[in-house]
Amino acid sequence: MVKKYETPMLDVLEEGQWPSFISNIRRLANEHPSEFINDMTHSLLGQLEHSYETRKGYWKGGTVSIFGYGGGIIPRFSEVGDAFPASREFHTLRVQPSPGNYYTSGMLRQLADSWEKFGSGLITFHGQTGNIMFIGTNTENVQHFFDEINDYGWDLGGAGPCVRTGMSCVGAARCEQSCANEHKIHRLLVNNFMDDMHRPALPYKFKFKVSGCPNDCQNAIERADMAIIGTWRDDMVVDQTEIKAYIEKKGRKYIIDNVVNRCPSQALSLNDDDTLDVDNRNCVRCMHCLNVMPKALSPGEDKGITMLIGGKRTLKIGDMMGTVVIPFMKLETDEDYERLVEIAEEAIDFFAENALEHERTGEMIERIGLVNYMDGIGLEIDPNMISNPRESSYVRMDTWDEEATKWVEAQAEKAAS
Amino acid sequence: MSENAPMRPPIESGCPDGFQYMHPVMVKNFGAWAYHEDPEPGVLLHVAKSGDKIWTVRCGTARILDLFTLRKLCDIADEHADGFIRFTIRSNVEYMVGKEEQVQPLIKAIKDAGFIVGGTRNSVAMISHTQGWLHCDIPGTDASGVVKSMMDELIGEFKEWNMPNRVHITTSCCQINCGGQGDIAINIQHTKPPRINHDLVANVCERPSVVARCPVAAIRPALVNGKPSLEVDEKKCICCGACFPPCPPMQINDAEHSKLAVWIGGNHSNARSKPSFQKLVAAGIPNNPPRWPEATSIVKRILSVYKEDAKDWERINDWVDRIGWPRFFELTKLPFTKFHVDTWRGSRKSLNASTHIRF
Repeated sequence: MVKKYETPMLDVLEEGQWPSFISNIRRLANEHPSEFINDMTHSLLGQLEHSYETRKGYWKGGTVSIFGYGGGIIPRFSEVGDAFPASREFHTLRVQPSPGNYYTSGMLRQLADSWEKFGSGLITFHGQTGNIMFIGTNTENVQHFFDEINDYGWDLGGAGPCVRTGMSCVGAARCEQSCANEHKIHRLLVNNFMDDMHRPALPYKFKFKVSGCPNDCQNAIERADMAIIGTWRDDMVVDQTEIKAYIEKKGRKYIIDNVVNRCPSQALSLNDDDTLDVDNRNCVRCMHCLNVMPKALSPGEDKGITMLIGGKRTLKIGDMMGTVVIPFMKLETDEDYERLVEIAEEAIDFFAENALEHERTGEMIERIGLVNYMDGIGLEIDPNMISNPRESSYVRMDTWDEEATKWVEAQAEKAAS
Repeated sequence: MSENAPMRPPIESGCPDGFQYMHPVMVKNFGAWAYHEDPEPGVLLHVAKSGDKIWTVRCGTARILDLFTLRKLCDIADEHADGFIRFTIRSNVEYMVGKEEQVQPLIKAIKDAGFIVGGTRNSVAMISHTQGWLHCDIPGTDASGVVKSMMDELIGEFKEWNMPNRVHITTSCCQINCGGQGDIAINIQHTKPPRINHDLVANVCERPSVVARCPVAAIRPALVNGKPSLEVDEKKCICCGACFPPCPPMQINDAEHSKLAVWIGGNHSNARSKPSFQKLVAAGIPNNPPRWPEATSIVKRILSVYKEDAKDWERINDWVDRIGWPRFFELTKLPFTKFHVDTWRGSRKSLNASTHIRF
């Protein structure tokens, strides 16, 4: 006999035009042929109603994993399991999607069929971590479900202090602004660290995120310990005929107000004949003008990536954006990609050895200074890494001459090559 | 399973190759797209250098999907979209089709099935959100419910292009803020120190880790009623809740005193200005299930002023940069308090060290 619960507060969330998650859960509770699913989802609704009434959460973590792995499962045990026994255990499996979140209906149906056998029937594409979230099953079924989907190509993502599931924007598959192969970067980086993902042993989490251009649709700079952003270093491509067509359509004032005047480095100038001049040396690749006129303006041909390190959210010392550690790097040859992976390995090794417990890379850099960090991972400093030079004179500089010579020699070497 | 049965070792295949799940037009034109157009709200047209075209129809869902809904989405893909689906990072569904004549039947099928077409260009996009009471172990609220309630009221803005630029809204059920940065963020803000169950601390919590977790060093080990426990210096405590995840007996969530706060101006893009963090604009908002009307009304107020006052292409942070914070508070009629003045490390950088003042 399936146990049902009164849920007057949740019922209110079935009203309104936006699709209702409560209706979704209730459909499983009332209409699904499996009694296991009916029971579990009714019980879930009961506990959720209890949360709504008391304004409290009632899930606790614990230890649940699959054989051979230490992470990837979010264990949930109910604190009010006696009142809602069918969802007493309600664990989530985090499963890694492809970069850019591509699916076929056939493959989604296959996952749905497996989840129907072993889980609550609730799924989210995707959690804020970028994982497919298979929400709600008991400890025993966690293993069975994983075994089944792992056999046809799916692997768990990260949870806990480890390398986490990567995330990428839609990318070169469908976007004219993409300057990188997000797919390749994402898979090379993440899949190189499967041991560090599945057996959490780092000081804290480490996230890779990839965006194909500086619009950063993947939110990499703010949300990733290592952000890879596609960019270009030659001149942007300007189609003057399309510029004129755009002016014809929108008017000269619109272009001046919304394109020329919005350029953050004043690198654009509209000529009297309605052609556009671009001061490419001073263009900061912000993407605004390309976004407004995607038909007229395109990224240049000499594409590559910028790498930023250290983005994270509030805990513990405050919000941090990732900051530049590599202003530009080509990604064309196998050696280029190998070098990228090598830098990631250095970054994770250094993090593993030097971060304090529960300290993110950005916080570690704040504590030890960017120069020490760069030294630690074997990268050279560059003026592109700062917004401005030091403002305080309180620093010991007795090796100034050596450092200045190093810079002058490096510049000479660059000029010669 | 009997004790002697060998366990199946995992195949550590990692992140799967997405090319096998991509529309053939996308595989063929990978890295070779020329430009895109926006034929109507919710629809994108991408044109490749080869001349190939692909249309995308985006629609909003409830994010917490069930098997029936997922299969319904698959049915739509099979009948109208060549069998391909992708999800945006804000949990919208995208169908991609290679022929223009597929677009309108696809839109009709999506709408008939109860999903909402929109969320492109200068609309209010789907609110990205976290797990909340449904599944999280430390939540102060239920993100799914907040999002459902707000999207019911903002659905018109999701379906149209009425905003100066795109608006990304996020929610978070605690101050860790898994929802991330948003043009508008609705986040839990605790206002009282944790209540400690001293009977449980010694057994449940690794005390030195909990002490280390506090951002303001307000926690110290103590003997309470003869048992090893932890105590909080309530004068120092900033009520952030960082101690609660490693030590559940330090309950931070409170039915009355865990409030909602609204932050604005978070922007991930490098377009125009550098990426920016969101700033506090309103707090003390009741955490009021099942519909959270007070939070929604503040969000709608900010959106209506932004819509009225911002210029084309200004995201919320660009707009406030231009008009200044005093004008923001004047226009939105939100109270400005001492809590808006930052006190955290580096906070002097947020003060106005100039005579740049608008009158």
